[in-house]
Amino acid sequence: MAKVLVYIDTPGENLHKTDRELLTLAATLGEPAVALVGELGDQVAAELGAYGVGAVYQPSNAGLDELLVAGKAAFLAAAAEAADAGAVLLGNTFEAKEIAARAGIRLSSGVITDAVAVDESFAVTKAVFAGSYTVNASVTTGRPIITVKANSVEAAAPQGGTAPAVHPVDVAAPAAARITGRSEKAPSGRPSLDEARIVVAGGRGVDGDFGPLEDLADALGGAVGASRAATDAGWIDHSAQIGQTGKTVSPQLYVSAGISGAIQQKAGMQTAKIIVAINKDPDAPVFEIADFGIVGDLTSVLPQATEEIRKRRT
Amino acid sequence: MDETTPALRIAVLVKHVPDTQFDRHLNGDDRTTDRSESILSELDEYALEAALQLVEAHGGDGAGHRVTAVTMGGAGAVNAVKKSLQIGAHEGVHLTDDALAGSDASGTSRALAAVIRHLGDVDLVLTGMASTDGETSLVPAQLAELLELPQVTFASSLELRHDGGAWHLTARRESDNVAETVESTLPAIVSVTDQINEPRYPNFKGIMAAKKKQISVLSLADVGVDPSEVGHAGAWTRVEDAQPRPARSQGVIITDEGDAGRRLVDFLAEQKLL
Repeated sequence: MAKVLVYIDTPGENLHKTDRELLTLAATLGEPAVALVGELGDQVAAELGAYGVGAVYQPSNAGLDELLVAGKAAFLAAAAEAADAGAVLLGNTFEAKEIAARAGIRLSSGVITDAVAVDESFAVTKAVFAGSYTVNASVTTGRPIITVKANSVEAAAPQGGTAPAVHPVDVAAPAAARITGRSEKAPSGRPSLDEARIVVAGGRGVDGDFGPLEDLADALGGAVGASRAATDAGWIDHSAQIGQTGKTVSPQLYVSAGISGAIQQKAGMQTAKIIVAINKDPDAPVFEIADFGIVGDLTSVLPQATEEIRKRRT
Repeated sequence: MDETTPALRIAVLVKHVPDTQFDRHLNGDDRTTDRSESILSELDEYALEAALQLVEAHGGDGAGHRVTAVTMGGAGAVNAVKKSLQIGAHEGVHLTDDALAGSDASGTSRALAAVIRHLGDVDLVLTGMASTDGETSLVPAQLAELLELPQVTFASSLELRHDGGAWHLTARRESDNVAETVESTLPAIVSVTDQINEPRYPNFKGIMAAKKKQISVLSLADVGVDPSEVGHAGAWTRVEDAQPRPARSQGVIITDEGDAGRRLVDFLAEQKLL
Protein backbone atom coordinates (compact mmCIF):
# COMPACT_ATOMS: atom_id res chain seq x y z
CA MET A 1 0.00 0.00 0.00
CA ALA A 2 1.35 3.41 -0.96
CA LYS A 3 2.19 5.90 1.75
CA VAL A 4 -0.10 8.89 2.03
CA LEU A 5 1.93 11.74 3.48
CA VAL A 6 0.09 14.22 5.71
CA TYR A 7 1.72 17.63 6.26
CA ILE A 8 1.44 18.84 9.85
CA ASP A 9 2.79 22.22 10.95
CA THR A 10 3.60 22.87 14.62
CA PRO A 11 1.12 20.56 16.33
CA GLY A 12 1.82 21.87 19.85
CA GLU A 13 0.81 19.56 22.68
CA ASN A 14 -2.02 17.83 20.87
CA LEU A 15 -2.97 17.38 17.24
CA HIS A 16 -5.37 19.95 15.83
CA LYS A 17 -8.80 18.90 14.64
CA THR A 18 -7.87 19.38 10.98
CA ASP A 19 -4.73 17.25 11.46
CA ARG A 20 -6.88 14.43 12.87
CA GLU A 21 -9.26 14.76 9.93
CA LEU A 22 -6.39 14.50 7.45
CA LEU A 23 -4.94 11.47 9.24
CA THR A 24 -8.36 9.80 9.21
CA LEU A 25 -8.67 10.46 5.47
CA ALA A 26 -5.09 9.28 4.81
CA ALA A 27 -5.81 5.96 6.53
CA THR A 28 -8.70 5.32 4.11
CA LEU A 29 -6.42 5.96 1.10
CA GLY A 30 -3.21 4.14 2.03
CA GLU A 31 -0.61 3.90 4.75
CA PRO A 32 -0.55 7.20 6.66
CA ALA A 33 2.81 8.92 7.19
CA VAL A 34 3.54 12.44 8.40
CA ALA A 35 5.83 15.28 7.30
CA LEU A 36 6.13 17.39 10.43
CA VAL A 37 7.47 20.91 10.96
CA GLY A 38 8.03 21.88 14.60
CA GLU A 39 8.47 19.91 17.80
CA LEU A 40 7.26 16.33 18.07
CA GLY A 41 6.13 15.89 21.67
CA ASP A 42 5.51 12.49 23.28
CA GLN A 43 1.76 13.08 23.38
CA VAL A 44 1.59 13.92 19.66
CA ALA A 45 3.86 10.97 18.80
CA ALA A 46 1.48 8.66 20.68
CA GLU A 47 -1.54 10.19 18.92
CA LEU A 48 0.11 9.76 15.51
CA GLY A 49 0.80 6.11 16.33
CA ALA A 50 -2.85 5.67 17.30
CA TYR A 51 -3.86 6.94 13.83
CA GLY A 52 -1.66 4.23 12.27
CA VAL A 53 1.24 6.50 11.36
CA GLY A 54 4.40 4.39 11.10
CA ALA A 55 6.84 7.04 9.90
CA VAL A 56 7.32 10.74 10.72
CA TYR A 57 9.64 12.87 8.56
CA GLN A 58 11.21 15.96 10.12
CA PRO A 59 13.66 18.54 8.74
CA SER A 60 17.17 17.84 10.03
CA ASN A 61 18.03 21.55 10.03
CA ALA A 62 16.27 24.16 12.16
CA GLY A 63 15.26 27.66 11.05
CA LEU A 64 12.86 26.73 8.26
CA ASP A 65 10.11 28.62 10.07
CA GLU A 66 11.51 32.05 9.39
CA LEU A 67 11.86 31.36 5.66
CA LEU A 68 8.15 31.84 5.04
CA VAL A 69 6.66 29.03 3.01
CA ALA A 70 9.58 28.37 0.67
CA GLY A 71 11.55 26.42 3.26
CA LYS A 72 8.54 24.39 4.36
CA ALA A 73 7.72 23.55 0.74
CA ALA A 74 11.30 22.43 0.10
CA PHE A 75 11.05 20.18 3.17
CA LEU A 76 7.67 18.74 2.16
CA ALA A 77 8.94 17.91 -1.33
CA ALA A 78 12.05 16.24 0.12
CA ALA A 79 9.91 14.28 2.61
CA ALA A 80 7.56 13.12 -0.16
CA GLU A 81 10.54 11.75 -2.06
CA ALA A 82 12.11 10.18 1.05
CA ALA A 83 8.79 8.48 1.84
CA ASP A 84 8.11 7.66 -1.83
CA ALA A 85 4.62 8.95 -1.06
CA GLY A 86 1.75 7.97 -3.33
CA ALA A 87 0.00 11.21 -2.45
CA VAL A 88 0.36 14.23 -0.17
CA LEU A 89 -2.46 15.75 1.89
CA LEU A 90 -2.49 19.20 3.48
CA GLY A 91 -5.05 21.44 5.16
CA ASN A 92 -6.69 24.19 3.15
CA THR A 93 -5.32 27.33 4.82
CA PHE A 94 -3.73 30.01 2.63
CA GLU A 95 -0.28 28.93 3.83
CA ALA A 96 -0.94 25.23 3.24
CA LYS A 97 -2.08 26.01 -0.32
CA GLU A 98 1.12 27.94 -0.98
CA ILE A 99 3.25 25.11 0.39
CA ALA A 100 1.30 22.67 -1.81
CA ALA A 101 1.78 24.92 -4.85
CA ARG A 102 5.53 25.10 -4.43
CA ALA A 103 5.97 21.44 -3.55
CA GLY A 104 4.05 20.71 -6.74
CA ILE A 105 6.67 22.49 -8.84
CA ARG A 106 9.53 20.76 -6.98
CA LEU A 107 7.92 17.33 -7.43
CA SER A 108 6.56 17.99 -10.95
CA SER A 109 3.20 17.02 -9.51
CA GLY A 110 -0.31 18.31 -9.98
CA VAL A 111 -1.97 20.19 -7.10
CA ILE A 112 -5.69 20.32 -6.34
CA THR A 113 -7.00 22.68 -3.64
CA ASP A 114 -10.29 22.99 -1.76
CA ALA A 115 -11.07 19.25 -1.80
CA VAL A 116 -14.21 18.17 0.06
CA ALA A 117 -13.76 14.46 -0.77
CA VAL A 118 -10.93 12.24 -2.02
CA ASP A 119 -11.48 8.64 -3.22
CA GLU A 120 -9.09 5.63 -3.32
CA SER A 121 -7.82 6.62 -6.77
CA PHE A 122 -7.16 10.14 -5.41
CA ALA A 123 -9.97 11.62 -7.51
CA VAL A 124 -11.05 14.84 -5.82
CA THR A 125 -14.44 16.45 -5.40
CA LYS A 126 -14.45 20.23 -4.96
CA ALA A 127 -16.70 23.24 -5.41
CA VAL A 128 -15.73 26.05 -7.78
CA PHE A 129 -17.09 29.53 -8.46
CA ALA A 130 -18.11 30.00 -4.86
CA GLY A 131 -20.03 26.74 -4.73
CA SER A 132 -22.01 27.17 -7.94
CA TYR A 133 -20.38 24.09 -9.53
CA THR A 134 -19.26 20.76 -8.11
CA VAL A 135 -16.22 19.48 -9.96
CA ASN A 136 -14.45 16.12 -10.01
CA ALA A 137 -10.77 16.54 -10.77
CA SER A 138 -7.69 14.37 -10.69
CA VAL A 139 -3.96 14.74 -10.78
CA THR A 140 -2.53 13.28 -13.99
CA THR A 141 1.20 13.88 -13.38
CA GLY A 142 3.36 13.07 -10.37
CA ARG A 143 2.30 12.40 -6.77
CA PRO A 144 -1.15 13.93 -6.21
CA ILE A 145 -0.91 16.90 -3.82
CA ILE A 146 -4.30 17.72 -2.37
CA THR A 147 -5.40 20.40 0.11
CA VAL A 148 -8.53 19.32 1.97
CA LYS A 149 -11.11 21.65 3.50
CA ALA A 150 -11.83 21.37 7.21
CA ASN A 151 -14.94 19.36 8.21
CA SER A 152 -14.77 17.28 4.98
CA VAL A 153 -14.29 14.06 6.95
CA GLU A 154 -15.25 13.10 10.48
CA ALA A 155 -12.07 12.56 12.51
CA ALA A 156 -11.91 8.96 13.79
CA ALA A 157 -11.10 8.27 17.43
CA PRO A 158 -7.45 7.22 17.72
CA GLN A 159 -6.91 3.63 18.87
CA GLY A 160 -3.83 2.10 20.50
CA GLY A 161 -0.81 1.96 18.23
CA THR A 162 2.86 2.49 18.83
CA ALA A 163 4.88 5.69 18.48
CA PRO A 164 6.14 6.10 14.90
CA ALA A 165 9.77 6.00 13.74
CA VAL A 166 11.28 9.44 13.09
CA HIS A 167 13.27 10.04 9.89
CA PRO A 168 15.34 13.24 9.50
CA VAL A 169 15.24 14.83 6.04
CA ASP A 170 18.00 17.15 4.77
CA VAL A 171 16.73 20.36 3.21
CA ALA A 172 18.78 23.01 1.41
CA ALA A 173 17.57 26.51 2.30
CA PRO A 174 15.89 28.03 -0.77
CA ALA A 175 15.80 31.72 -1.81
CA ALA A 176 13.30 33.25 0.53
CA ALA A 177 12.15 36.39 2.27
CA ARG A 178 12.81 36.40 6.02
CA ILE A 179 10.42 37.05 8.85
CA THR A 180 12.09 39.73 10.97
CA GLY A 181 9.27 40.63 13.31
CA ARG A 182 6.29 38.83 14.71
CA SER A 183 3.53 39.87 17.10
CA GLU A 184 0.91 37.43 18.30
CA LYS A 185 -2.65 38.69 18.40
CA ALA A 186 -4.62 38.09 21.58
CA PRO A 187 -6.37 34.71 21.30
CA SER A 188 -10.17 34.95 21.26
CA GLY A 189 -10.71 31.56 22.91
CA ARG A 190 -13.08 30.66 20.04
CA PRO A 191 -12.47 28.04 17.35
CA SER A 192 -10.84 29.32 14.16
CA LEU A 193 -13.17 30.23 11.28
CA ASP A 194 -11.59 27.58 9.04
CA GLU A 195 -12.38 24.80 11.50
CA ALA A 196 -15.54 25.92 13.27
CA ARG A 197 -18.68 23.75 13.06
CA ILE A 198 -20.76 26.86 13.72
CA VAL A 199 -20.14 30.40 12.45
CA VAL A 200 -22.04 33.52 13.54
CA ALA A 201 -21.34 36.35 11.10
CA GLY A 202 -22.32 40.00 11.10
CA GLY A 203 -22.44 42.79 8.54
CA ARG A 204 -23.45 46.40 8.12
CA GLY A 205 -26.60 45.84 10.20
CA VAL A 206 -24.51 45.08 13.29
CA ASP A 207 -23.76 48.80 13.41
CA GLY A 208 -20.51 48.59 15.31
CA ASP A 209 -21.39 46.22 18.17
CA PHE A 210 -20.44 42.57 17.70
CA GLY A 211 -21.29 41.80 21.37
CA PRO A 212 -24.62 40.04 20.70
CA LEU A 213 -22.95 37.92 17.96
CA GLU A 214 -20.03 36.97 20.22
CA ASP A 215 -22.45 35.96 22.99
CA LEU A 216 -24.43 33.71 20.62
CA ALA A 217 -21.22 32.24 19.15
CA ASP A 218 -19.98 31.44 22.66
CA ALA A 219 -23.29 29.83 23.63
CA LEU A 220 -23.08 27.65 20.52
CA GLY A 221 -19.31 27.02 20.70
CA GLY A 222 -18.85 28.74 17.36
CA ALA A 223 -16.59 31.27 15.65
CA VAL A 224 -17.40 34.90 14.78
CA GLY A 225 -17.14 36.09 11.17
CA ALA A 226 -18.01 39.25 9.29
CA SER A 227 -18.84 40.69 5.90
CA ARG A 228 -16.40 43.02 4.19
CA ALA A 229 -18.57 46.01 5.12
CA ALA A 230 -18.06 45.22 8.81
CA THR A 231 -14.29 44.65 8.58
CA ASP A 232 -13.79 47.73 6.39
CA ALA A 233 -15.68 49.76 9.00
CA GLY A 234 -13.13 48.59 11.56
CA TRP A 235 -15.72 46.92 13.81
CA ILE A 236 -13.83 43.63 13.80
CA ASP A 237 -10.41 42.34 12.71
CA HIS A 238 -9.89 41.87 8.97
CA SER A 239 -9.05 38.20 9.55
CA ALA A 240 -12.75 37.62 10.37
CA GLN A 241 -13.83 38.48 6.83
CA ILE A 242 -15.88 35.88 4.97
CA GLY A 243 -16.54 36.17 1.25
CA GLN A 244 -14.92 36.59 -2.13
CA THR A 245 -11.83 38.34 -0.80
CA GLY A 246 -11.84 36.75 2.63
CA LYS A 247 -12.30 33.25 3.93
CA THR A 248 -14.56 30.55 2.57
CA VAL A 249 -16.31 28.56 5.26
CA SER A 250 -18.45 25.41 5.11
CA PRO A 251 -19.76 24.98 8.64
CA GLN A 252 -22.70 22.85 9.79
CA LEU A 253 -24.50 26.07 10.75
CA TYR A 254 -23.98 29.61 9.46
CA VAL A 255 -25.87 32.39 11.22
CA SER A 256 -25.94 35.54 9.10
CA ALA A 257 -26.91 38.64 11.09
CA GLY A 258 -27.36 42.05 9.48
CA ILE A 259 -25.72 40.94 6.21
CA SER A 260 -27.63 41.64 3.01
CA GLY A 261 -26.00 38.69 1.24
CA ALA A 262 -24.63 40.17 -1.97
CA ILE A 263 -22.94 37.68 -4.27
CA GLN A 264 -19.43 38.42 -2.93
CA GLN A 265 -20.54 37.49 0.60
CA LYS A 266 -22.46 34.40 -0.59
CA ALA A 267 -19.20 33.25 -2.20
CA GLY A 268 -17.76 32.63 1.25
CA MET A 269 -20.62 30.74 2.89
CA GLN A 270 -23.15 29.20 0.53
CA THR A 271 -21.80 25.68 0.99
CA ALA A 272 -22.75 25.81 4.68
CA LYS A 273 -25.08 22.94 5.59
CA ILE A 274 -27.71 25.08 7.31
CA ILE A 275 -28.05 28.84 6.85
CA VAL A 276 -29.97 31.02 9.29
CA ALA A 277 -30.45 34.68 8.37
CA ILE A 278 -31.59 37.63 10.48
CA ASN A 279 -32.14 40.94 8.72
CA LYS A 280 -34.43 43.95 9.10
CA ASP A 281 -34.94 44.13 5.33
CA PRO A 282 -37.42 41.47 4.11
CA ASP A 283 -35.97 41.85 0.58
CA ALA A 284 -32.36 41.08 1.61
CA PRO A 285 -30.94 38.55 -0.90
CA VAL A 286 -29.64 36.38 1.95
CA PHE A 287 -33.22 35.17 2.57
CA GLU A 288 -33.21 33.50 -0.88
CA ILE A 289 -30.67 30.95 0.38
CA ALA A 290 -31.64 30.79 4.06
CA ASP A 291 -33.08 27.60 5.54
CA PHE A 292 -34.55 29.69 8.35
CA GLY A 293 -34.97 33.44 8.02
CA ILE A 294 -36.08 36.02 10.53
CA VAL A 295 -37.18 39.48 9.47
CA GLY A 296 -36.33 41.40 12.60
CA ASP A 297 -33.86 43.33 14.70
CA LEU A 298 -30.72 41.35 15.51
CA THR A 299 -30.21 43.30 18.75
CA SER A 300 -33.37 41.73 20.18
CA VAL A 301 -33.41 38.36 18.33
CA LEU A 302 -29.82 37.30 19.08
CA PRO A 303 -29.83 37.99 22.87
CA GLN A 304 -33.17 36.20 23.20
CA ALA A 305 -31.77 33.17 21.35
CA THR A 306 -28.60 33.19 23.48
CA GLU A 307 -30.61 33.34 26.70
CA GLU A 308 -32.92 30.53 25.50
CA ILE A 309 -29.95 28.27 24.65
CA ARG A 310 -28.42 28.83 28.09
CA LYS A 311 -31.79 28.18 29.77
CA ARG A 312 -32.31 24.89 27.90
CA ARG A 313 -28.87 23.70 28.85
CA THR A 314 -29.27 24.16 32.60
CA MET B 1 19.68 56.00 1.62
CA ASP B 2 21.64 56.55 -1.59
CA GLU B 3 21.70 59.91 -3.36
CA THR B 4 20.47 58.50 -6.65
CA THR B 5 18.36 55.40 -6.97
CA PRO B 6 18.31 53.28 -10.11
CA ALA B 7 15.08 52.98 -12.09
CA LEU B 8 12.72 50.22 -10.97
CA ARG B 9 11.14 47.73 -13.32
CA ILE B 10 7.92 46.35 -11.85
CA ALA B 11 5.86 43.67 -13.60
CA VAL B 12 2.23 43.42 -12.49
CA LEU B 13 0.38 40.24 -13.43
CA VAL B 14 -3.18 41.02 -14.46
CA LYS B 15 -5.99 38.80 -15.56
CA HIS B 16 -9.38 39.25 -17.11
CA VAL B 17 -11.93 37.23 -15.19
CA PRO B 18 -15.68 36.72 -15.30
CA ASP B 19 -17.38 39.55 -13.43
CA THR B 20 -18.21 38.23 -9.97
CA GLN B 21 -21.33 40.40 -9.92
CA PHE B 22 -22.96 37.91 -12.28
CA ASP B 23 -23.40 34.14 -12.42
CA ARG B 24 -20.33 32.37 -13.74
CA HIS B 25 -20.12 29.31 -15.98
CA LEU B 26 -17.92 26.48 -17.14
CA ASN B 27 -18.08 25.71 -20.87
CA GLY B 28 -17.50 22.92 -23.32
CA ASP B 29 -15.99 19.45 -23.16
CA ASP B 30 -12.89 20.72 -21.38
CA ARG B 31 -14.94 22.62 -18.75
CA THR B 32 -12.99 25.82 -19.01
CA THR B 33 -14.14 29.17 -17.79
CA ASP B 34 -16.63 31.18 -19.85
CA ARG B 35 -14.93 34.59 -20.14
CA SER B 36 -17.57 36.33 -22.25
CA GLU B 37 -18.48 38.80 -19.46
CA SER B 38 -14.98 39.58 -18.28
CA ILE B 39 -13.30 42.45 -16.49
CA LEU B 40 -9.89 43.22 -14.97
CA SER B 41 -9.77 41.12 -11.81
CA GLU B 42 -10.70 43.31 -8.86
CA LEU B 43 -7.89 41.76 -6.84
CA ASP B 44 -5.28 42.66 -9.48
CA GLU B 45 -6.20 46.35 -9.18
CA TYR B 46 -4.58 46.38 -5.71
CA ALA B 47 -1.32 45.04 -7.18
CA LEU B 48 -1.31 47.67 -9.91
CA GLU B 49 -2.07 50.41 -7.39
CA ALA B 50 0.78 49.17 -5.17
CA ALA B 51 3.15 49.39 -8.15
CA LEU B 52 2.05 52.93 -9.00
CA GLN B 53 2.41 54.04 -5.38
CA LEU B 54 5.96 52.61 -5.23
CA VAL B 55 6.84 54.59 -8.36
CA GLU B 56 5.37 57.75 -6.80
CA ALA B 57 7.26 57.17 -3.54
CA HIS B 58 10.60 56.96 -5.38
CA GLY B 59 10.66 59.96 -7.66
CA GLY B 60 7.61 59.39 -9.85
CA ASP B 61 7.46 58.90 -13.60
CA GLY B 62 10.42 61.24 -14.14
CA ALA B 63 12.75 58.81 -12.35
CA GLY B 64 12.55 56.34 -15.25
CA HIS B 65 10.66 53.62 -13.38
CA ARG B 66 8.58 51.31 -15.53
CA VAL B 67 5.43 49.41 -14.58
CA THR B 68 4.65 46.63 -17.04
CA ALA B 69 1.22 44.98 -17.02
CA VAL B 70 1.53 41.34 -18.04
CA THR B 71 -1.27 39.02 -19.05
CA MET B 72 -1.77 35.77 -20.95
CA GLY B 73 -4.70 34.26 -22.82
CA GLY B 74 -6.87 34.70 -25.89
CA ALA B 75 -7.79 37.92 -27.65
CA GLY B 76 -10.05 39.09 -24.80
CA ALA B 77 -7.24 38.84 -22.25
CA VAL B 78 -5.62 42.00 -23.55
CA ASN B 79 -8.49 44.01 -22.07
CA ALA B 80 -6.95 43.57 -18.63
CA VAL B 81 -3.72 45.12 -19.96
CA LYS B 82 -5.59 47.97 -21.68
CA LYS B 83 -7.40 48.81 -18.46
CA SER B 84 -4.08 48.71 -16.57
CA LEU B 85 -2.54 51.16 -19.08
CA GLN B 86 -5.49 53.50 -18.54
CA ILE B 87 -5.00 53.34 -14.79
CA GLY B 88 -1.30 54.14 -15.11
CA ALA B 89 0.91 51.20 -16.14
CA HIS B 90 3.59 52.32 -18.61
CA GLU B 91 3.53 49.40 -21.02
CA GLY B 92 1.83 46.09 -21.57
CA VAL B 93 2.74 42.52 -22.48
CA HIS B 94 0.24 40.03 -23.84
CA LEU B 95 1.32 36.40 -24.14
CA THR B 96 -1.07 34.73 -26.53
CA ASP B 97 -0.90 31.35 -28.21
CA ASP B 98 -3.49 28.74 -29.16
CA ALA B 99 -1.46 26.16 -27.25
CA LEU B 100 -2.15 27.97 -23.94
CA ALA B 101 -5.81 26.90 -23.91
CA GLY B 102 -6.61 24.62 -20.98
CA SER B 103 -3.52 25.49 -18.93
CA ASP B 104 -3.75 24.54 -15.26
CA ALA B 105 -1.94 26.46 -12.52
CA SER B 106 1.42 24.84 -13.28
CA GLY B 107 1.16 25.54 -17.03
CA THR B 108 0.10 29.12 -16.36
CA SER B 109 3.05 29.53 -13.99
CA ARG B 110 5.53 28.11 -16.52
CA ALA B 111 4.27 30.47 -19.21
CA LEU B 112 4.34 33.54 -16.94
CA ALA B 113 7.80 32.64 -15.60
CA ALA B 114 9.04 32.56 -19.20
CA VAL B 115 7.54 36.02 -19.84
CA ILE B 116 9.26 37.46 -16.72
CA ARG B 117 12.58 35.94 -17.82
CA HIS B 118 12.01 37.34 -21.33
CA LEU B 119 11.50 40.85 -19.88
CA GLY B 120 14.94 40.39 -18.34
CA ASP B 121 15.52 43.15 -15.84
CA VAL B 122 12.46 42.87 -13.58
CA ASP B 123 13.09 44.00 -9.97
CA LEU B 124 9.67 43.22 -8.56
CA VAL B 125 6.77 41.04 -9.66
CA LEU B 126 3.44 42.03 -8.11
CA THR B 127 0.26 39.96 -8.14
CA GLY B 128 -3.15 40.04 -6.50
CA MET B 129 -3.88 37.71 -3.57
CA ALA B 130 -5.76 35.24 -5.78
CA SER B 131 -7.61 35.23 -9.04
CA THR B 132 -11.32 35.63 -8.46
CA ASP B 133 -12.12 32.86 -10.92
CA GLY B 134 -9.75 29.90 -10.47
CA GLU B 135 -9.64 30.57 -6.73
CA THR B 136 -6.68 28.25 -6.34
CA SER B 137 -4.18 31.07 -5.59
CA LEU B 138 -1.43 28.65 -6.66
CA VAL B 139 0.11 30.71 -9.44
CA PRO B 140 2.10 33.34 -7.46
CA ALA B 141 3.70 30.63 -5.28
CA GLN B 142 4.51 28.44 -8.28
CA LEU B 143 5.93 31.40 -10.16
CA ALA B 144 8.28 32.18 -7.25
CA GLU B 145 9.38 28.56 -7.14
CA LEU B 146 10.07 28.50 -10.90
CA LEU B 147 11.92 31.82 -10.89
CA GLU B 148 13.72 30.90 -7.63
CA LEU B 149 12.87 34.31 -6.23
CA PRO B 150 12.16 35.27 -2.63
CA GLN B 151 8.43 35.71 -2.18
CA VAL B 152 6.09 37.54 0.16
CA THR B 153 2.45 36.54 -0.02
CA PHE B 154 -0.57 38.42 1.33
CA ALA B 155 1.30 41.67 1.96
CA SER B 156 -0.93 44.26 3.60
CA SER B 157 1.78 46.91 3.30
CA LEU B 158 4.86 47.17 1.11
CA GLU B 159 7.80 49.59 1.16
CA LEU B 160 11.04 49.71 -0.81
CA ARG B 161 14.33 51.35 0.02
CA HIS B 162 17.57 51.55 -1.91
CA ASP B 163 20.54 50.94 0.32
CA GLY B 164 24.07 49.66 -0.14
CA GLY B 165 23.61 49.28 -3.88
CA ALA B 166 20.49 47.14 -3.73
CA TRP B 167 16.74 47.49 -3.37
CA HIS B 168 15.22 46.06 -0.20
CA LEU B 169 11.57 45.46 0.58
CA THR B 170 9.74 45.48 3.89
CA ALA B 171 6.21 44.09 4.01
CA ARG B 172 3.61 43.39 6.61
CA ARG B 173 1.63 40.21 6.62
CA GLU B 174 -1.33 39.35 8.82
CA SER B 175 -3.05 36.10 9.57
CA ASP B 176 -5.61 35.02 12.17
CA ASN B 177 -3.33 35.07 15.15
CA VAL B 178 -0.10 36.73 14.12
CA ALA B 179 1.20 39.86 12.36
CA GLU B 180 4.60 39.53 10.72
CA THR B 181 7.21 41.90 9.32
CA VAL B 182 8.96 40.37 6.33
CA GLU B 183 12.12 41.59 4.60
CA SER B 184 13.91 40.65 1.43
CA THR B 185 16.23 42.02 -1.21
CA LEU B 186 14.99 42.47 -4.78
CA PRO B 187 14.33 40.90 -7.18
CA ALA B 188 11.33 39.38 -5.44
CA ILE B 189 7.72 38.46 -6.01
CA VAL B 190 4.97 39.87 -3.81
CA SER B 191 1.24 39.21 -3.69
CA VAL B 192 -0.84 41.93 -2.06
CA THR B 193 -4.16 41.80 -0.23
CA ASP B 194 -7.19 44.02 -0.67
CA GLN B 195 -6.13 45.84 2.53
CA ILE B 196 -2.97 47.36 1.07
CA ASN B 197 -4.50 50.39 -0.65
CA GLU B 198 -7.54 51.94 -2.31
CA PRO B 199 -7.14 51.44 -6.08
CA ARG B 200 -7.57 54.53 -8.26
CA TYR B 201 -9.92 54.73 -11.23
CA PRO B 202 -8.74 55.63 -14.71
CA ASN B 203 -9.38 59.29 -15.50
CA PHE B 204 -9.90 60.89 -18.90
CA LYS B 205 -6.24 61.87 -19.22
CA GLY B 206 -5.20 58.32 -18.42
CA ILE B 207 -7.62 56.86 -20.94
CA MET B 208 -6.28 59.15 -23.69
CA ALA B 209 -2.63 58.51 -22.71
CA ALA B 210 -3.18 54.74 -22.77
CA LYS B 211 -3.84 54.85 -26.52
CA LYS B 212 -0.20 55.79 -27.11
CA LYS B 213 1.26 53.16 -24.79
CA GLN B 214 2.77 50.05 -26.29
CA ILE B 215 1.45 46.51 -25.86
CA SER B 216 3.95 43.82 -26.89
CA VAL B 217 2.24 40.71 -28.18
CA LEU B 218 4.34 37.60 -27.57
CA SER B 219 3.93 33.96 -28.61
CA LEU B 220 5.22 30.90 -26.76
CA ALA B 221 8.08 30.71 -29.27
CA ASP B 222 9.03 34.32 -28.45
CA VAL B 223 9.48 33.46 -24.77
CA GLY B 224 11.05 30.06 -25.39
CA VAL B 225 8.30 27.76 -24.10
CA ASP B 226 7.57 24.45 -25.81
CA PRO B 227 3.82 24.12 -26.48
CA SER B 228 3.85 20.68 -24.78
CA GLU B 229 4.66 22.36 -21.41
CA VAL B 230 1.42 24.35 -21.31
CA GLY B 231 -2.26 24.06 -22.18
CA HIS B 232 -4.08 20.73 -22.12
CA ALA B 233 -0.84 18.94 -23.11
CA GLY B 234 1.16 20.32 -20.20
CA ALA B 235 -1.53 20.17 -17.51
CA TRP B 236 -0.76 18.13 -14.38
CA THR B 237 -4.42 18.05 -13.35
CA ARG B 238 -7.63 17.31 -15.19
CA VAL B 239 -11.24 18.25 -14.53
CA GLU B 240 -13.22 15.04 -15.10
CA ASP B 241 -16.69 16.48 -14.85
CA ALA B 242 -18.53 19.52 -13.58
CA GLN B 243 -22.09 19.68 -12.31
CA PRO B 244 -23.96 22.90 -11.59
CA ARG B 245 -24.82 22.74 -7.91
CA PRO B 246 -28.53 22.61 -7.27
CA ALA B 247 -29.64 26.09 -6.22
CA ARG B 248 -30.31 26.46 -2.51
CA SER B 249 -34.01 26.71 -1.97
CA GLN B 250 -35.58 29.20 0.34
CA GLY B 251 -36.67 27.79 3.67
CA VAL B 252 -39.01 29.21 6.27
CA ILE B 253 -39.05 32.98 6.66
CA ILE B 254 -40.75 34.47 9.71
CA THR B 255 -41.23 38.01 10.93
CA ASP B 256 -40.21 38.70 14.53
CA GLU B 257 -43.21 39.13 16.79
CA GLY B 258 -41.19 39.18 19.99
CA ASP B 259 -40.42 35.45 20.10
CA ALA B 260 -38.16 34.97 17.04
CA GLY B 261 -35.09 34.29 19.20
CA ARG B 262 -36.86 31.38 20.90
CA ARG B 263 -38.23 30.11 17.56
CA LEU B 264 -34.68 30.21 16.21
CA VAL B 265 -33.58 27.97 19.08
CA ASP B 266 -36.51 25.61 18.34
CA PHE B 267 -35.25 25.38 14.75
CA LEU B 268 -31.67 24.69 15.87
CA ALA B 269 -32.93 21.97 18.25
CA GLU B 270 -34.93 20.34 15.39
CA GLN B 271 -31.75 20.34 13.29
CA LYS B 272 -29.81 18.81 16.21
CA LEU B 273 -27.43 21.76 16.24
CA LEU B 274 -27.57 22.47 19.97
